Amino acid sequence: MFPEIIDTRPWRRAIDDSLNWVVRNWGDEFEAAAYPLLMLLNFIEDVLIATPWWLIMAILVGIAWLATRRWQLPVIVLVSLLFLGIMELWEDAMTTMALMIAATITAIIFSIPLGVWMSRSARVRQVVTPLLDLMQTMPSFVYLIPTVMIFGPGKIPALIATIVYAAPPLVRLTDLGLRSVDPAVMEASRAFGTTPSQRLFGVQIPLSLPTILAGVNQTTMMALAMVVIASMIGAGGLGYQVLQGIGRLEVSRGLFAGLGIVVLAIVFDRITQSFGKQLQAKIGLAETR
Amino acid sequence: MNEIKLDTDLAIRMRGVTKIFGDDPQSALELLRAGKTKTEVQAETNHVVGLDNVSLDIARGQIFVVMGLSGSGKSTLIRHVNRLIEPTAGEIIVDGTDVLKMSLEELRAYRRNSVAMVFQKFGLLPHRSVIDNVAYGLEVRGVPRAERLEKAAKWIDTVGLSGYEQSRPRQLSGGQQQRVGLARALALDTDIILMDEAFSALDPLIRSGMQDQLIELQKTLGKTILFITHDFDEALKIADRIAVLKDGAVQQEGKPEDIVLKPANEHIEEFVREVNKARAIHVRTIMERGEFEACEFTVPETARCEDVLPYFAEHQWVGVTNEQGTQIGRVTAKRVIGALARYTPGVNEG
Repeated sequence: MFPEIIDTRPWRRAIDDSLNWVVRNWGDEFEAAAYPLLMLLNFIEDVLIATPWWLIMAILVGIAWLATRRWQLPVIVLVSLLFLGIMELWEDAMTTMALMIAATITAIIFSIPLGVWMSRSARVRQVVTPLLDLMQTMPSFVYLIPTVMIFGPGKIPALIATIVYAAPPLVRLTDLGLRSVDPAVMEASRAFGTTPSQRLFGVQIPLSLPTILAGVNQTTMMALAMVVIASMIGAGGLGYQVLQGIGRLEVSRGLFAGLGIVVLAIVFDRITQSFGKQLQAKIGLAETR
Repeated sequence: MNEIKLDTDLAIRMRGVTKIFGDDPQSALELLRAGKTKTEVQAETNHVVGLDNVSLDIARGQIFVVMGLSGSGKSTLIRHVNRLIEPTAGEIIVDGTDVLKMSLEELRAYRRNSVAMVFQKFGLLPHRSVIDNVAYGLEVRGVPRAERLEKAAKWIDTVGLSGYEQSRPRQLSGGQQQRVGLARALALDTDIILMDEAFSALDPLIRSGMQDQLIELQKTLGKTILFITHDFDEALKIADRIAVLKDGAVQQEGKPEDIVLKPANEHIEEFVREVNKARAIHVRTIMERGEFEACEFTVPETARCEDVLPYFAEHQWVGVTNEQGTQIGRVTAKRVIGALARYTPGVNEG
């Protein structure tokens, strides 16, 4: 046994007590602060559920066509969505999609500026990188419980947990993308008397868009990976079906809902990847054929 | 009086420009000032001396070539003129203003309006079309879209890339890409153009074509061009004046012929040995000036030694004429041979 050097109990108690204090005194404020997130999520969910299924199918197939200009991906998307409909998973799928989209949008809003800041300052990178590591490796239940304590079970803690888990790759890839822009191009831009913001928006961001889009792709995938855990605290959707399947020992229910998540993942992964490839070809970073 | 006139004719004046790369350049600078060599400073402080007390006067309207091997500091030198690199010590006066004293805002304005640059690796924006690349500098300067596209189209035409306006840089060959780079710099219509090994990445034939195009353009533009190269032949072909750089220090500075005919040291002589001297030396620098009886054959004063060689099979003298066609001197085979022979102090002087 490792010898007890100091008594850690007071520390634990201090942490627990301070959390309780925060919940008691600041619970309402936190909830108010997170309210816009809830609005965003509810809005997306309402829109997705109110939109007729065929329109959503048409839109996604259309996007798939725009992303590739070939018939293969639209067909895959169509089949995937038909599967969701036939398996009576449509509404749950829309709820899950809403959670994923809301998490991705929020992650984009926070991650890209953070990535930009990291790419410009080695010190910021030094501080942020371990935080990102922590966000990705810390078991989500560890921060799920305090968020549930603060916000109460429901969609907000589910969304927050999803964002915490899904945002880091986008931050990292934004930082990487911006820093790996060809230094010769950056120097040329500097030589023409550009301001830092002209370089950022005119050169760096356009040239690193494929990498940033790869980050968005990663974020959507990780958000989908969180849906089962999110449903445990009241997010609903496909994850809840999986959870029920486990609870009732209904293998079929769990399997179909699980496949539903896979199908959603495939649809969004392929679409964002194709957009990334298209963009790469456009700015001439793709390998020459 | 003479001094003042000289100053206004200067486009760029560098005085004691020194650049030391490292964490603590000032202490390394002291060592360097105390007379240590580049190697000693590097061994003692682990600081690299990029430029060592470089002073150059670059006159308006000249093509001034800085020649040196890789690591000689020539790319560092050119980047000081628009302050892409900050020197450790020294001053750089462009059009009477000390570039190093400019604020960030002034520096940006200076880069937008007074110096344009062409890069070895082109530095084109891959996500923009050719015409938008050429118009880039003007866009940064704030020129309205219609006007800058019109100017860009004109320069694309001048460098011979008409029809490629909407192409992406990657769809062009290396030579074409560098033409875009050249057009982008020329479109800014600055007095000074910096060219950093602009043609070094190109195939020899394309390179030669670009050199000819530059000389041709310069005839009408009369810009001050600071041109960096590692290629002595290129330097001799385009330069009005050449400075040879080694280990960050200027070894010799002068007209191309001066350097070929009287290399200042062993290092420069090595370059000179490799070049085709008959092409490097103009007849006007070796001719006997004065009035002689008219020669049967004459060449213009811009001719080079290789142009007169064929005549010596039959004739003893070849006349040299000026632009008006009047004979202003003559060359003999002996003079040509004297110039082409390896320079040995005391042997063929005078």
